[in-house]
Amino acid sequence: MERANYERLRWRCIRRALLELDITLTRFLDGGEFEKLSDDQQQAFVELADMEDYDLWDLLTGKAEIDDSRLAHMVALIRKS
Amino acid sequence: MSIPVLKFDAVIVGAGGAGLRSAIQLSEAGLKTAVLSKVFPTRSHTVAAQGGVAASLGNSEEDHWTWHMYDTVKGSDWLGDQDAIEFMCKKANEVVVELEHYGMPFDRTDDGKIYQRPFGGHMSNFGEKPVRRSCAAADRTGHAMLHAMYQRNVKANTQFFVEWMALDLIRDEEGHVLGVTAMEMETGQIVIFHARATIFATGGAGRIFYSSTNAFINTGDGLGMAARAGIPLEDMEFWQFHPTGVAGAGVLITEGVRGEGGILRNSSKERFMERYAPNAKDLASRDVVSRAMATEIKEGRGCGVNKDYVLLDITHLDPATIMKRLPGIHEIGLQFAGVDCLKEPLPVVPTCHYQMGGIPTHYSGRVVAPKNGDVNSVVPGFYAGGECACASVHGANRLGTNSLLDLLVFGKSAGDSAVEDLKAGRAHRELPKDVADKTLARISALDNRKGGANVHETRLAMQRTMQDHAGVFRFGDMLKQGVEKILEVEKAARQLEIKDKSMAWNTARTEALEMENLIEVAKATMISAEARKESRGAHVRDDAPDTAEFPNGRNDKEWLKHTLFSPVDNSISYKPVNMQPLTVEAVALKTRSY
Ligand SMILES: Cc1cc2nc3c(=O)[nH]c(=O)nc-3n(C[C@H](O)[C@H](O)[C@H](O)COP(=O)(O)OP(=O)(O)OC[C@H]3O[C@@H](n4cnc5c(N)ncnc54)[C@H](O)[C@@H]3O)c2cc1C
Repeated sequence: MERANYERLRWRCIRRALLELDITLTRFLDGGEFEKLSDDQQQAFVELADMEDYDLWDLLTGKAEIDDSRLAHMVALIRKS
Repeated sequence: MSIPVLKFDAVIVGAGGAGLRSAIQLSEAGLKTAVLSKVFPTRSHTVAAQGGVAASLGNSEEDHWTWHMYDTVKGSDWLGDQDAIEFMCKKANEVVVELEHYGMPFDRTDDGKIYQRPFGGHMSNFGEKPVRRSCAAADRTGHAMLHAMYQRNVKANTQFFVEWMALDLIRDEEGHVLGVTAMEMETGQIVIFHARATIFATGGAGRIFYSSTNAFINTGDGLGMAARAGIPLEDMEFWQFHPTGVAGAGVLITEGVRGEGGILRNSSKERFMERYAPNAKDLASRDVVSRAMATEIKEGRGCGVNKDYVLLDITHLDPATIMKRLPGIHEIGLQFAGVDCLKEPLPVVPTCHYQMGGIPTHYSGRVVAPKNGDVNSVVPGFYAGGECACASVHGANRLGTNSLLDLLVFGKSAGDSAVEDLKAGRAHRELPKDVADKTLARISALDNRKGGANVHETRLAMQRTMQDHAGVFRFGDMLKQGVEKILEVEKAARQLEIKDKSMAWNTARTEALEMENLIEVAKATMISAEARKESRGAHVRDDAPDTAEFPNGRNDKEWLKHTLFSPVDNSISYKPVNMQPLTVEAVALKTRSY
């Protein structure tokens, strides 16, 4: 991913409304997990990061589920990180 | 270098609850209004508020604003200004009903009224028994509030500058405030926002502490900007803590865990609450539990490599009960402590939650500072509301659900006052020649410095110092050392170095600029806390204990006064608490006990 796009994504992950997401998403990005993803997977991550905080947090804690298998797979990867 | 100038009637920094509420007043009055935010408005930290907003609507049982006022004065340990508290409690119904009209989906009673539930410290009939005063929208009150107010602003043509960071306040020689300098994150471009009215609504600064429930965005930018412009900060020693945040992460663990039988233990696995509260033990009140935890840690009985946390043990409880009664706690343990709480205890520590102090304001939302012998002289053109401001309604301790009320009431009144001042003819004043020099110098120093301090390490040093020396329970010797230490950290914070020099989306630069704000708040907190030699509300000192002469360690003869920290020379002065409400009798001084 191009530097500016990555840094914009990073800002949108390290400055969330919920502390829980700040920690979880920062860990994923700064821990180097993101770089290992395919372009498609990176795109799925971007889509998740665009979600509203509570919706994303409900997915990450298993309180809610998502049909889209790309996104569901990405949720699983973030949870494991 | 010529810097673009954007001209507005009003510029508001912050698009959380307070900023959005102010903006509605200004835009609906037909004024050209800009709102700047580091993030999309509905990602502001107000989203995290779940509990509700206080208003004595009396929908579920009898209630009255004078009862709410009494609770707030008492909660503040009599440090709140009674004129401001009357103003807020009286206005509560109006601002909550307005919010309802903006489309806020409040929970309802069967007959269609706003449903109200009880919340700690809110009582009926001057402290008699709990009352149902909190209005909520499921467990998403703050989130729903922001959505309703954002939509209202869109309709009113408020202009949003999203992912813009305000950097410095612009003041002229006479002290008038003329706007801010700001950076567009996408381009790194610096722009001047030239305004007739400037409103700060930048939220709290809880990230000065190592353990904080606040999201990463709470870096106290408004306080940093005000301090750099020579405006004193009020009552910064007062921070509310929650007893059980996950050590290292800050994520809140509900008090229900102790309610279900959770036990606090120290490094030798001792159930230490038996020594501090033989009867209530782990179920003692928040402040008693927090103090006991802090004492265990200070005396070397903490756990882990740094001996800086204690353990919350639920391994003796039935796993099925935990999963049923405490949903979420297992996941929080796994995600944020790396601990399976069914098998191992959770590391916990008293955690910073809310900032009571801030930029000094009158209840009209106008910023005030000492000038020519008047301690409350209005700073022309400058207004503030929400957690960054100190009106002061929370005094030494905030009641739950009163901060969402604060941001509605004082966000609105800051907006109204600005409208009034602008309609009275306040014009754009000429920008000083050196208008952006300081901002540009800060940025260029960051870009060019070699061999400077690392941002991450400096932030960590600050957070550790604040946690260890000015935490939930304070010790005279530790505070003294803390002042020296934080001044050392300040030296590093003035010499930050960043590796990335790009213009577009340079998050390293943004974080360094935030750090320069955090350190102003940390310093103000430490020095103000060291200076106040009594215990009051959330500021509790080991050397100001509960005695017959000074119940709870509070000393009204000497300390019934607001602290003003002057960032110019790190000095402290004081101003009187306003004990005179607007229309009713004062709430007389009393020992605070529940
Ligand atoms: C976990 C949690 C739960 C809570 N629950 C409750 C509750 O139930 N009831 C209650 O009354 N209170 C609660 N509180 C407290 C309450 O949520 C906050 O005090 C309140 O939301 C603060 O609102 P605000 O508008 O002042 O600031 P925020 O909502 O934090 O908004 C600050 C705004 O300023 C912007 N900003 C900051 N710096 C800059 C800059 N340099 N340039 C541009 N923009 C900037 C940000 O982008 C943001 O838009 C809770 C707090 C926490 C942490």
